[in-house]
Amino acid sequence: MTDTPTPALRVDPGGRIGVSMTVNGTAISTDVEVRRTLADVLRDDLDLTGTHVGCEHGVCGACTVAVDGQPVRACLLLAVQVDGTEITTIEGLANPDGSLGPLQQAFHDAHGFQCAFCAPGVLITTASLLETNPTPTRDEIKAELSGNLCRCTGYHSIIESVETAVRLTAAGAKSTDGGDEEASNA
Amino acid sequence: MTATEPQAETDERPIGFGRLLRKEDPRLIRGMGNFVDDIQLPGMLHLAILRSPMAHARIVSIDKSAAEAHPKVVAVITGEDLAAQGLAWMPTLSNDVQAVLATDKVRFQHQEVAFVVAEDRYSARDALELIIVDYEWIDPVIDVRKAMDADTPVIRDDLDDKTDNHIFDWETGDAAETEAIFASADVVVSEEIIYPRVHPAPMETCGCVADVERVSGQLTLWSTTQAPHAHRTVYALVAGLPEHKIRVIAPDIGGGFGNKVPIYPGYVCAIVASLVIGKPVKWMEDRTENLVSTGFARDYVMQGEIAATKEGKILAVRTNVLADHGAFNGVAAPVKYPAGFFGVFTGSYDLEAAYCKMQAVYTNKAPGGVAYACSFRITEAVYLVERIVDCLAYELDMDPAELRLKNFIQPDQFPYETKTGWVYDSGDYEPAMRKAMEMAGYDELRREQAEKREKGELMGIGLAFFTEAVGAGPRKDMDILGLGMADGCELRIHPTGKAVVRLSVKTQGQGHETTFAQIVAEEIGIPPEDIEVIHGDTDNTPFGLGTYGSRSTPVSGAAAALVTRKVRDKAQIIASGMLEVSVADLEWNKGSFSVKGDPEKSVTIQDIAMKAHGAGDLPDGIEGGLEAQICYNPENLTYPFGAYICVVDIDPGTAVVKVRRFIAVDDCGTQINPMIIEGQVHGGLADGVGMAMMEMISFDEDGNCLGGSLMDYLIPTALETPDWETGHTVTPSPHHPIGAKGIGESATVGSPPAVVNAIVDALKPYGIRHADMPLTPSRVWETMQGNHTPPI
Repeated sequence: MTDTPTPALRVDPGGRIGVSMTVNGTAISTDVEVRRTLADVLRDDLDLTGTHVGCEHGVCGACTVAVDGQPVRACLLLAVQVDGTEITTIEGLANPDGSLGPLQQAFHDAHGFQCAFCAPGVLITTASLLETNPTPTRDEIKAELSGNLCRCTGYHSIIESVETAVRLTAAGAKSTDGGDEEASNA
Repeated sequence: MTATEPQAETDERPIGFGRLLRKEDPRLIRGMGNFVDDIQLPGMLHLAILRSPMAHARIVSIDKSAAEAHPKVVAVITGEDLAAQGLAWMPTLSNDVQAVLATDKVRFQHQEVAFVVAEDRYSARDALELIIVDYEWIDPVIDVRKAMDADTPVIRDDLDDKTDNHIFDWETGDAAETEAIFASADVVVSEEIIYPRVHPAPMETCGCVADVERVSGQLTLWSTTQAPHAHRTVYALVAGLPEHKIRVIAPDIGGGFGNKVPIYPGYVCAIVASLVIGKPVKWMEDRTENLVSTGFARDYVMQGEIAATKEGKILAVRTNVLADHGAFNGVAAPVKYPAGFFGVFTGSYDLEAAYCKMQAVYTNKAPGGVAYACSFRITEAVYLVERIVDCLAYELDMDPAELRLKNFIQPDQFPYETKTGWVYDSGDYEPAMRKAMEMAGYDELRREQAEKREKGELMGIGLAFFTEAVGAGPRKDMDILGLGMADGCELRIHPTGKAVVRLSVKTQGQGHETTFAQIVAEEIGIPPEDIEVIHGDTDNTPFGLGTYGSRSTPVSGAAAALVTRKVRDKAQIIASGMLEVSVADLEWNKGSFSVKGDPEKSVTIQDIAMKAHGAGDLPDGIEGGLEAQICYNPENLTYPFGAYICVVDIDPGTAVVKVRRFIAVDDCGTQINPMIIEGQVHGGLADGVGMAMMEMISFDEDGNCLGGSLMDYLIPTALETPDWETGHTVTPSPHHPIGAKGIGESATVGSPPAVVNAIVDALKPYGIRHADMPLTPSRVWETMQGNHTPPI
């Protein structure tokens, strides 16, 4: 800490600030109340209700979105903090034609979810994991997903789904090399 | 095991039973679901609830003027305001009353005191801070053991002539017969066994959007409810609204586990607000509100006793239970069953006698009591008997598997009437137990344990065998607030052979849209993808009591099968006309009728559907159309069972418990979708690990709830849960049309005793016979030091 005096809070809690961000590939400029969380802005202002709010204290992980590729709790982040970033939500994981993306397909195939309220956080966390570590071990998957609570599945099918995604991705990469079109769609 | 074992396990698109991928997935996995909090209506206002900071206090005054002056506030309502309309109190599901907003005094911490309606959620919360309430402290009743002491404050002085905190006494079984057996038994073991207060904590909290249309008076309520029809009737009774003007919609629900069975004050407040203001009003509680004020579970202090011969023949089980129901008796159970189905505490064993005596009391804690996948208190019953049987094994120095095998009800004894009057419909326990032991490699595990004990390492093997009673229930003796526990189902086949089936039950994640399409498909041969399942909307589904107590498949699943058979019977008559043969000359080939001995002459169900709606004559007496509706009244409950084995390792230096393996063999009768069944089991097993090792809603002596966040109320993550090893046997229910028994709560019922038995088994070298949940590292450590204390 320095000796510089802390500037007085000048922002009126009800005041608004312009925020520009890219959400699921679409550039968005909006005016937000400074105290509004990213989760609320995504859900209420941008109508991206796929991101769920389960605890509002950063524990359950349902609200996880990717900010510049990093999974973060949208309930603990103010929307004004993400100015200039790229955000991916669960809606951004589908294929461009709206069909299930590869990760989503794996969670369908392996019965990953039940009520699926935790799904947005689990999928975004998994997508971020696979970006940096495309072939995680089972223990690595469990450790990475330990910040995402689920009450329905006992986690078993979620872990299986991630492993299914890893397998499908590996098969896809292999078949792309070998030109096997069918498997690359998986 | 039997002919009803699913044939289609390898078939990816079964027409009927088998591993069908879920129909609901495409929307949910893409974030395109429609949960209550996703609903936005034009002009919608937001409601927030002011809650009491104290557990027991008289309300001296409430000043809401500053809140009302907030520029974005539309209304501030107190209990007094509601009382003026006769709406300050509402009935609970146990025929008690509960305050919608407190008028005279508050009776638990976080009780509802006032609400604000504002233009947005943030402003509504801001305005709560502006309401000034003057409370006058009253000593709270927190220790359940002291609730009936003479000098204890009376919590429910709102009830006429109430002079103590007593709710009810209840007993079952034969006291004298049981006492006679206990008096002469070789071995008697007694232990206080506590099932602490826990909370279902579904990932989605509770909430609603109420929209009263001013001109017609029509109320539409989007609500987190597991029982839309029952809720509609209660709203009609509470608010005096005509029932036909109420539409309850349960959209996608983010987990229920019983937490979304009761009617909470927030729902009523939102309805009142919309009625008064004339605009749609949303109320969505936050996580803390969910944990501290909505339906908790368990909270039983059970004195368990077991009598046996010295050879290990169990003769009798007896228990004395003290039940903490909180400040209002909000238990959701059939009226004649104030202790739910706790009467099945005799377990899976052939006993000579059994007796239970129970007292339920009020305390200054949140109301509830039946939730968290408990099968109407069967969680408590099974925990009691499976724990006390292990205590007996300890005293007899007998292997707990051997002790159980020696005492099972035998296959030829079914239907078996227990000493507490429950008629188990079917069962074949030993194969399930043997299968679990085989999957676990039980003998090898015991050898490994013996070696480890030599070296001072702590390894435990815990068993539990459970029988549940689910599918409530026969309307002759089961109702909730006078509503019989039957369920309707309607099936319509459209002219092109596509179908729509309408259910009174409602999924909260269990996959009804898939399972029920499969039931209809199995019966009529229409592919599941051609069958739309409509549920969770009182305007568009037949009446029924909803989804809880694992009742969807036993009750509504039976209704779906029978309504489909009714439609098929009509289809057969139409087919006989089309093929110009008598009805008796037709045979059914899952999707088509053909003439016996001439399979080339056949018509498909799709052909029949078109004929039923088309031109030309139908057989005499047959109306056009191809649809039917029924209401299914179950003749008995169904009795799923299972054998669970848990293996734990405990670090002797830190008392940290690691669940190494968990083997679960379930028998839920006929399996409709094995994939969904496994999912149901996995989730319940995680619940068991949570309750046994982590979860508890506790209070300090002033009644402050200490479990009000997910940092204080711990639920298991992927790290605490092992890879589940599941298996099954199939013993179909003899009275259910497809032999299915229900699976929703089996694992939540069966797993806590398996985990606790494993931990206690690991601590055997310390001379430990019993330890109470939650077995956190600190509580295990204290137990190892000989300082085990009850959690309540």
